[in-house]
Amino acid sequence: MSTLAVALETRSPARVLVWAVPIAVALLVVPFVLESYQTILLAYGLVMAIAALGFNLLLGYTGLLSFGHSAYFGVGAYAVALMVKYLRVTSMELFLLGAIVSTVVITALFGFVCVRYTRIFFGILTLALSQVLWSLAFKFFWVTGGTDGLRVPTPMLVGVASAKGDKIEFLSHGYYWYVLAIFFACVAVMWVIVNSPFGKALQAIRDNEVRAEFVGVQIWRYRWVAFMVSGIFTGIAGALWVPLNGLTTPEVLYWPFSGEIVFMTVLGGFRSFAGPIIGAVVFNYLKTFAVGFTVYWQLLLGVVLVVLVLSLPTGIVGTASKLLGRGRHTG
Amino acid sequence: MILLATKKLVKYFGETHAVDNVDFVVNESEVLALIGSNGAGKTTLVNLISGLFRPDGGQILFRDVDVTHQTVHERIRAGIARSFQLVNLFDQLSALDNVALSIFSRQGKTRKLLALAEADREVWQEAAQILHVFGLDAKARMLAGGLSQGERKLLDVAVAYALRPKLLFLDEPTSGVSTREKAPIMDTITSVVRSEHISAAIIEHDMDVVFNYSDRIVAMHQGAILADGTPDKIRRDPAVRANLLGATEGPR
Repeated sequence: MSTLAVALETRSPARVLVWAVPIAVALLVVPFVLESYQTILLAYGLVMAIAALGFNLLLGYTGLLSFGHSAYFGVGAYAVALMVKYLRVTSMELFLLGAIVSTVVITALFGFVCVRYTRIFFGILTLALSQVLWSLAFKFFWVTGGTDGLRVPTPMLVGVASAKGDKIEFLSHGYYWYVLAIFFACVAVMWVIVNSPFGKALQAIRDNEVRAEFVGVQIWRYRWVAFMVSGIFTGIAGALWVPLNGLTTPEVLYWPFSGEIVFMTVLGGFRSFAGPIIGAVVFNYLKTFAVGFTVYWQLLLGVVLVVLVLSLPTGIVGTASKLLGRGRHTG
Repeated sequence: MILLATKKLVKYFGETHAVDNVDFVVNESEVLALIGSNGAGKTTLVNLISGLFRPDGGQILFRDVDVTHQTVHERIRAGIARSFQLVNLFDQLSALDNVALSIFSRQGKTRKLLALAEADREVWQEAAQILHVFGLDAKARMLAGGLSQGERKLLDVAVAYALRPKLLFLDEPTSGVSTREKAPIMDTITSVVRSEHISAAIIEHDMDVVFNYSDRIVAMHQGAILADGTPDKIRRDPAVRANLLGATEGPR
């Protein structure tokens, strides 16, 4: 039975470290090994991984499929751009703080409405609300720059101004490590959250809402907090993404981007902690390759994704762990 | 002595009087069986008391406090817990996790986001202890979805028991398990509740189980209480014999 093949989350921190340390070291030395373009590409992948990690707290752990996570990514991105435009802020730490505060406000509001519903109703509501933000960014062009978007210069990292001029050098070294550090922090925090008593309560709600209520879990409050945490992670990703991209446009608020977040998570496997991370990085490479390969890249990407999802229903991570014999049998 | 009392409790589903002016009492430290044919209103009564449904009239008093309008959460805090007729577990969590969740919840720890659940040794020891009491030690690390029906029934009770209730409603704890498994399940459940002086109200169809394990029996019929008394009294009650025993003592 497939439900039985789903392995229990790896519990002991030691076992996690066996995997995590070599991967962390490899990621740290990337700027010395790969060329700048590849390093920046990976930085994009890591940023998306943070977004997907946040998204999966809702899908994988709480059982809520959001079709509106572009909203929180966009709120993070626009928070940064508007801080540049109106407040002349240049500090990346302040950007992140601003993005977090903005996403908390928006997700508290949106979540309050959405978490009272589940399944398709939840999905449609999140989608509709995200498109409200998109249309605002689109129409209020004197604030948001409309379709031209807003430019964001290279920020100061921990109070240090970037080497003047060479943007590629900045993005592929200093900024890459900055993104990596935030990525590590986000992964660590999310790992603790999903393994906390709160995380257990979320999984209980996912598995059985009625019973969760009858062991004393106040369902909608937990969903609401999960919604906010999920949004904050995605907002942080949005804030990190803007300096990489140099510009934010309403594209990041538009629903196909929400779809991409869903897709990368499913691709990696939403049943495992690492799934969305792997999925985001792989998706980023797939998309870049497809765009470079043909003008019909959406078609190519679509076909590739359909084939991958059909052949790997448990995602890349689920399939890999099965192949490695780690899918513990429980029956 | 009275732990729970309902006063003229009413629940309608359209034209049907599912629970019709019911005065139902559970005393402290007793094992009570709630019997009646399908549609008699037993489960509806439990749903009203546990907070799943809102009554259309009447009152529910638990330890002399009116809980009629309390949320499920508040009733659990007060000490009312229940299991379900169709087993309701967290299938993708291990048996141990299922029980631990109740403990975390009871201790108000499920609000903790930034602490590893695993690090709370007291909770896991208690959870392991509860599984031991219910004879499920060997299954602790198995996913609840992979247990046998009998084990799931026991785990369902264990999850409710881990909330340390004063009153435990069990909705058909032996339904769907083989006749051979029924006695061990009931032995386990009743020994646990009796040793800890928990009141248990058990909905049950199997009359052997009912007469063997309960101190008192409440028989329901068409939304009302038909009879209330000791097993001996109920066995001889003409109304019960006419309406229930004939109907339920058929082939199983």
